[in-house]
Amino acid sequence: MVSVGGLARQRRRSAWLFLLPMLVVLAAVAGWPLLRTVYFSFTDATLATLDAYQGVGFDNYVWLLRDPVWWRAVWNTVIFTVVSVGIETVLGLVIALTLNAHLPGRGILRAAVLIPWAIPTVVSAQMWGWMFHDLYGVVNEALLGLGLIAEPKAWTADPNLALPVVIAVDVWKATPFMALLILAALQMLPRELYEAARVDGVHPVKVFFRVTLPLIRPALMVAILFRTLDALRVFDLMYVLTGNSRATMSMSVYARQYLIDFQDVGYGSAAATVLVMVLALATVAAITLGRVRFDPGG
Amino acid sequence: MRIRRIAGRAGLALLVLSIVAYTVFPFYWAIVTSLKAGSALFTVEAWPTHPSLENYEAIFRQQSFGRNILNSLAVSVSVVALSLGLAVAAAYALGRVRFWGRTLLLLVVLGVSMFPQVAVLSGLFELIRWLGLYNGMGALALSYMIFTLPFTVWILTTFMRELPKELEEAAMVDGASPFVIVTRVFLPLMGPALAATGLLAFIAAWNEFLFALTFTLTDEARTVPVAIALMSGASQYELPWGQIMAASVVVTVPLIALVLVFQRRIVSGLAAGAVKG
Repeated sequence: MVSVGGLARQRRRSAWLFLLPMLVVLAAVAGWPLLRTVYFSFTDATLATLDAYQGVGFDNYVWLLRDPVWWRAVWNTVIFTVVSVGIETVLGLVIALTLNAHLPGRGILRAAVLIPWAIPTVVSAQMWGWMFHDLYGVVNEALLGLGLIAEPKAWTADPNLALPVVIAVDVWKATPFMALLILAALQMLPRELYEAARVDGVHPVKVFFRVTLPLIRPALMVAILFRTLDALRVFDLMYVLTGNSRATMSMSVYARQYLIDFQDVGYGSAAATVLVMVLALATVAAITLGRVRFDPGG
Repeated sequence: MRIRRIAGRAGLALLVLSIVAYTVFPFYWAIVTSLKAGSALFTVEAWPTHPSLENYEAIFRQQSFGRNILNSLAVSVSVVALSLGLAVAAAYALGRVRFWGRTLLLLVVLGVSMFPQVAVLSGLFELIRWLGLYNGMGALALSYMIFTLPFTVWILTTFMRELPKELEEAAMVDGASPFVIVTRVFLPLMGPALAATGLLAFIAAWNEFLFALTFTLTDEARTVPVAIALMSGASQYELPWGQIMAASVVVTVPLIALVLVFQRRIVSGLAAGAVKG
């Protein structure tokens, strides 16, 4: 007869056995490579000489902080993140509230909204790249026809227009995700609350700001945090729409250009390490300032 | 009062229509473009006057697009199988057994999902070359674990935790080992959760770009997103837009079909992964 304590111990032992494969894979693809990146950032390693390099101390970081192109990439990433996540939150709220109203054709709307989310970013970048084409694009054609612009614009080539275009495409692609998460939160709200507000004759706008918004705030904060972290490490969109152009280059594009295109693993790793620190800071800030809670207790 | 209600309804309908138009139009435009051959590409019209499948033929004949689709399928299917297998086992431990460090482990797993991919690029590159996986599908299947494992583990743990305790206790009284409990008792109950997380993992793997771009070299080894991003025409300055759009339509149609069939599952999976997480 095995005692209860013995059984619990046996269960704990098998629990670790069940966890082990997952932990080994995560350590191999995430933990170890991240450590290597941090390590490489203090060396002069190149892609061709990954096993023969010398330590250079903080040199890579010093060069990085002196490079105006890096600061441009930081600035681009910050602008991109703040503007696109801001627009996505507002639009996502509008779409979620519309989906939550009991309308005919709600299923079609939900399916239509899922399409941009399911499409590969590369495909959406190409589709919009073609629509924004300077000579044959439908956007120029439409705006010319409406008399909103006098001559065709080179949307993706013009340094002043390229970042807004990238933001517009991201808004199209990521708003559905936002809308669906907000919708899930909306559907968990008790109906009686609204009944009460309606009986009391409270204006719907007031109900939204006084009742709905505070109640979905926790879910909204998590959604915003997820989108912000995604936006801070954006790569595909810029790379496909505008290549390595400095006008739109994000921190990820900058780091990859050094790591792979210039084969300067040491310097590129320094840039990647700084990006990790930025993401970690954003997470900590969100958790303390925005009081985002991750509740693993379920 | 009545007029106001009708106006409100009309306004809402208009809002719905504009949302649908906004989300669907780029895809519609890609289809229109893909059906245009030759110089018709350079005229803007709502539907091609002479629709042609020339672009679709070209991507399979001139480009190695058929091969790229097979690559993407192979990678995505193995990623789904691998991550579900690893995550079910881990979810049992994390969801059903109380042990020291459980919460910390869950937070570490969540933390991994916040890694920027570019931050593991050099270390992964080294590992993949060392394992001899460079320019092959194994490199991608392995590296994709970094973004599929965190959310599969997280969602399945939430699901596993909510299964009734009595089931497990009854099996334990019968002397079933944890392995038997997971495979015979829990797994049959997890169909919906596995479908939802598997779909999310499939879509994530099918759409991935950065690793696929970096860890493959030749046309034959590329996955669909890389092929579409790097598709080139006769000259460097003349992108084959018709073909790019045809390829985009080909890879998007199955995804849209999946989304339409499984939209409830996907929505519940997304919600479980993010709201509860």
